[in-house]
Amino acid sequence: MALLARLEPRGAHRVTGVRLTQASGRRLVAGVPTLWLLVLFLIPFIIVFRISFSEVRLAIPPYTPLLSWHHGAPHFEIHWSAYSFLFTDPLYVSSYLYSLKVAAVSTLCCLLIGYPMAYAIARSGSGTRQMLLMLIVLPFWTSFLLRVYAWIGLLNNNGVINNVLLYLGVIHYPLALMQTDFAVYIGIVYSYLPFMILPLYANLEKHDITLLEAAADLGARPWRAFWRITVPQSLPGIAAGCLLVFIPAVGEYVIPTLLGRADQLMIGRVLSDEFFENRDWPVASAVAILVLLVLVIPIVLFQRLERRELEAAK
Amino acid sequence: MKPQGLFARVALVLGLVFLYVPIISMIVFSFNNSRLVTVWDAARSPTLKWYTALMRNEQILRAAWLSIRIALIAASCAVVLGTLAGMALTRFGRFRGRMLLAGMVTAPIVMPEVITGLSLLLLFVAMGQLIGWPRGAGAVTITLAHITFCMAYVTVVVQSRLAGFDESLEEAAMDLGARPLAVFFRITLPLILPAIASGWLLAFTLSWDDLVITQFVAGPGSSTLPMVIFSKVRFGVTPDVNALATIMVLVVASGIAISTVWMHYRQKRRQRDLQLAAAANL
Repeated sequence: MALLARLEPRGAHRVTGVRLTQASGRRLVAGVPTLWLLVLFLIPFIIVFRISFSEVRLAIPPYTPLLSWHHGAPHFEIHWSAYSFLFTDPLYVSSYLYSLKVAAVSTLCCLLIGYPMAYAIARSGSGTRQMLLMLIVLPFWTSFLLRVYAWIGLLNNNGVINNVLLYLGVIHYPLALMQTDFAVYIGIVYSYLPFMILPLYANLEKHDITLLEAAADLGARPWRAFWRITVPQSLPGIAAGCLLVFIPAVGEYVIPTLLGRADQLMIGRVLSDEFFENRDWPVASAVAILVLLVLVIPIVLFQRLERRELEAAK
Repeated sequence: MKPQGLFARVALVLGLVFLYVPIISMIVFSFNNSRLVTVWDAARSPTLKWYTALMRNEQILRAAWLSIRIALIAASCAVVLGTLAGMALTRFGRFRGRMLLAGMVTAPIVMPEVITGLSLLLLFVAMGQLIGWPRGAGAVTITLAHITFCMAYVTVVVQSRLAGFDESLEEAAMDLGARPLAVFFRITLPLILPAIASGWLLAFTLSWDDLVITQFVAGPGSSTLPMVIFSKVRFGVTPDVNALATIMVLVVASGIAISTVWMHYRQKRRQRDLQLAAAANL
């Protein structure tokens, strides 16, 4: 068909005309979203970076300018005070490390719970599979905030879990479940579990069952075949799921604020408090930059995985 | 059954229980009539009083209305921008700025919300100083922020749908002399419409539900529903929030049920059409 169009003179003329409008049309299609993200995503980070090298002052805006004019000469000022403050105050260092620990432990728990779930869904019949996937995704469509809030009612001193355990006689006085590390883990695992299950399922569903059958024919026991064949094949799914849980969990704000300890804050809460309570924009910006520094590698890894996944779909 | 199969099934059932117990307990306690919010009072329950209290709560109703308006606008704009980005990334091959667009478009999905929120607010402050717009924080800045993170999700959904079918149909239309715009509206758009619809719904839900980014870019007097809920539940359980949660779960569940039935019906009709076409060819 392409050949025919080229043979016909009028058609050929039309094709070049189309090419020209196509080039500018393409520029528009790619340009509009790129411009939007440049202005509302990339430039904001440059501003955060820039403010993190200022000092707080009592003015509007509440930070010192990077470039000022002194007697007609430009004067360039870089302050490291926000960063040195963060590194010398043990409060920040500990909440930084605590956030990484909480995110890592919750990611591991999500993987341990989510892997068998994704495996069971991928191995079920096609009708039940759709049902099960819908059941996994449905909580995700209801409010995140309300799902975290639901745990307050369950974990409170006079909450549902304590009442049931007291009624059954398992315990004689209520357990302190709220405002503990445990409550934060529960909250994060609960909220982020679908993010672990879905990429794992997408990977496990594609596996070739005949490989496992071949292993069985060659005498491998089911668990051995699972560890030697299924697990290595599912590594991209494991990586995608873990990154999707770990990265946002590091900066989590709602869950630790509603369920977590008051004596040990996570870094997302520290950032927000610095900004809203202390009105210290440079320190809040420096916290954001330091969190980003740790997350840059996982974020780039995640994007590479995504790209490979899309290319495989083609 | 293989041992890991049995183990996985038990884990699946337990996992689903874990996912649904909190939601079910919220629904049950929304009908509770007791002074102790989380203790079931069998003698005086069930009651609908929290639902009537909710309907009379001016603050919640106003916030819900604001959230709906913001989510409608944000989801619609995000769908347009996300579809453009998805088209560019899957159909244009290599072009200048492709890496930049690809890198920026998925980053908001994983970026911790506090960081996105802080950076957007600082942008709006800087813009306000430089060009005098936007004047202060409010519904406008919230909507701009929501469009930005929602479009990332739409792009991913549209992109995977576009990658799922090949370009031969579009190329055939081009070879027959259709202009690119006509090809898009008559070939590509109908094919990716399901992805656009689910992208819109996803964007609407995310915008409707967002708290952290919104808190940064919202000004005085522009409280969205999640902000009102958060300030209510920060200091414990309140039964009218249980009622609100129940309503939201019911709306979402029935929406998903309807769309599942509809998709199932469409698929069946498609299969029947294909069979008829095959029969006609014999």
